[in-house]
Amino acid sequence: MALLLILIPLASIILLNIGFKNAMTKLAIWLSLAVSAWQVAMIIFKVGFDSLNLVNVFNLEIDGLSSVLLLSIGIVAFCSILVGNGTICCPKKKFNFYNLILLSIIGMNGIVMVRDLFSMYVFLEITAVSAFILIAYQEDKFSMEGSFKYLVLSAVATVMMLSSIAILLMYAGNTSFVMVRDAVQGMNSPLVLTAIALFVVGLLIKGGLVPFHGWLPDAYTSAPASVSAFIAGIVTKTTGIYTMIRIVSEVFGFSETIKMILMIVGLISIFVGALAALGQNDFKRMLAYSSISQVGYIILSLGTGTALGVAGAVFHLFNHSIFKTQLFINSAAVEKQTGTRDMDSMSGLSNVMPVTGWTSVVAFLSTAGIPPLSGFWSKLIIVIALWKAGYYWFAGLAIIGSLITLAYFLYMQRRVFFGKINVNFKDIKEAGASIIIPAIILAAITLGVGIFFPYFINTIIVPVSSVF
Amino acid sequence: MILTLILLTLLVLAAVWTVMTRSLMMSAVGLALTSVILSIIIFTLNSPLAGVFELSVCAGLITVVFISTMSLTKPITRTEFKKQTKDRIKRYWYMPVIIILIGLGCALMLTAPDLKPLTPAIENDVRNVMWKVRQTDVLGQIIILLAGVFGVVVLFKERKKND
Repeated sequence: MALLLILIPLASIILLNIGFKNAMTKLAIWLSLAVSAWQVAMIIFKVGFDSLNLVNVFNLEIDGLSSVLLLSIGIVAFCSILVGNGTICCPKKKFNFYNLILLSIIGMNGIVMVRDLFSMYVFLEITAVSAFILIAYQEDKFSMEGSFKYLVLSAVATVMMLSSIAILLMYAGNTSFVMVRDAVQGMNSPLVLTAIALFVVGLLIKGGLVPFHGWLPDAYTSAPASVSAFIAGIVTKTTGIYTMIRIVSEVFGFSETIKMILMIVGLISIFVGALAALGQNDFKRMLAYSSISQVGYIILSLGTGTALGVAGAVFHLFNHSIFKTQLFINSAAVEKQTGTRDMDSMSGLSNVMPVTGWTSVVAFLSTAGIPPLSGFWSKLIIVIALWKAGYYWFAGLAIIGSLITLAYFLYMQRRVFFGKINVNFKDIKEAGASIIIPAIILAAITLGVGIFFPYFINTIIVPVSSVF
Repeated sequence: MILTLILLTLLVLAAVWTVMTRSLMMSAVGLALTSVILSIIIFTLNSPLAGVFELSVCAGLITVVFISTMSLTKPITRTEFKKQTKDRIKRYWYMPVIIILIGLGCALMLTAPDLKPLTPAIENDVRNVMWKVRQTDVLGQIIILLAGVFGVVVLFKERKKND
């Protein structure tokens, strides 16, 4: 089945571009929705996992961690495609959007299934190229600028990672995770340490963590609404954060230095992201900084180096991909109906857009870690993991960071959705079904994962232990 | 050793020219030249297979893609060009200094490592390498090319048509 997760999106792109342009333009949305829905169904019901012997030929594997990411990729892609249908203007641009989403799905599925550093790099490039085009294809000055910043920073990260792979290849004689792990773990050679540092910094850039976060707010803000939801929801999480979890836990190992670097970067990201979010007027920019802050929690949890810490990181990664996509979809609805993202010029929008208003409340409460929503459980696991590993100060600071998150989201809600409605917007309505349906789906997942946490602890957290 | 050092020097010069030249076309040619020199270095290091790939893909195919893409773009005016060049030099004058310092630092700090001898590429059959050892990467490279072509069509060809 693993190979099918690459071949089916690839076959869909080929099918959409072989001719019959008018028919394929109409078919594109249904085909791309079907591909992402099929991926979600395959992972949930575990259908056809062993149906193809080609799995071993292509060295692709699906373990607990991969399953969580594949599920997130499918859900976020499905919702972003629907939002794209509701927000992108002309059929030609919609057609390109669906194709590019399928290309990104191939790249991300590859990243989470390969067990080789160079193959991972190849699939990272597929995802990055698709993301550059997705951000830029609106063809205005800001989207070009955002895409260019992402491209330059991503190229720097790529050079670092490729140099690291070259050095590791010289030591291990191979680039497979197992061979590199056996060759480098416990080694104190300056060259190996340089290679590890280059790889980790490359991943920090890809993940948009402080101090390498400069490209992220511009890229998220300048992209079209559906692209922002997709890139913020899953692309950067797969290319920078999943890869970090996989490579550190499976290849480099948790040395004291790596643990401390991750925890400090995580903690700084939590506070820099949260404080910067507090001062934003642009809805999407605020969400971008919030994203940096939430990713900080994932890296902080990973930095504990314990099984519980890694499980907490993966669980928060899944939750974050869901509620961040949700918030970007809410911002898309607001932007589409009001024509602005300036939060100072809005107020009381939940009177006229109740579904958008209340789904955003679910997402922000989850982001801030309020029970019984999904974000509460993942943050609880992170704090417990920090406490059990003896990092009491870090646990305390993580809780304070969560309070700041609550503060900036309450401030946002008050400015955008609650209070007296701005007279300019009193006649607007809810955005169309294409935006409302994914918002409801994602809010239901956030709520469902929170309420049925005992079930999810067995299906998400326990399988993640397969990483070790 | 002397030949390798000469080639490495030429490689750096060609790469610097690629980045610093005023014309986009010359930059693409410079990149192709860099790839040709790199191919020769790879040949001298007893890896003809990698050399052939570098020569055919990076010096050949990629240059064709670059030049095709350039044909779909509009040139900027001479005044804009001069202003951009001046801004760029003012902004990034320190970059070569940093790179040289990092290079010197690495050369001084890093002692000769205990490296695992790699199997020379000449001993591997190209079919074996491509279809049995690195088949995932071959599939990935095909998809990257597809993504690149899609990008050129979306960002340049359709825009030119609209213009």
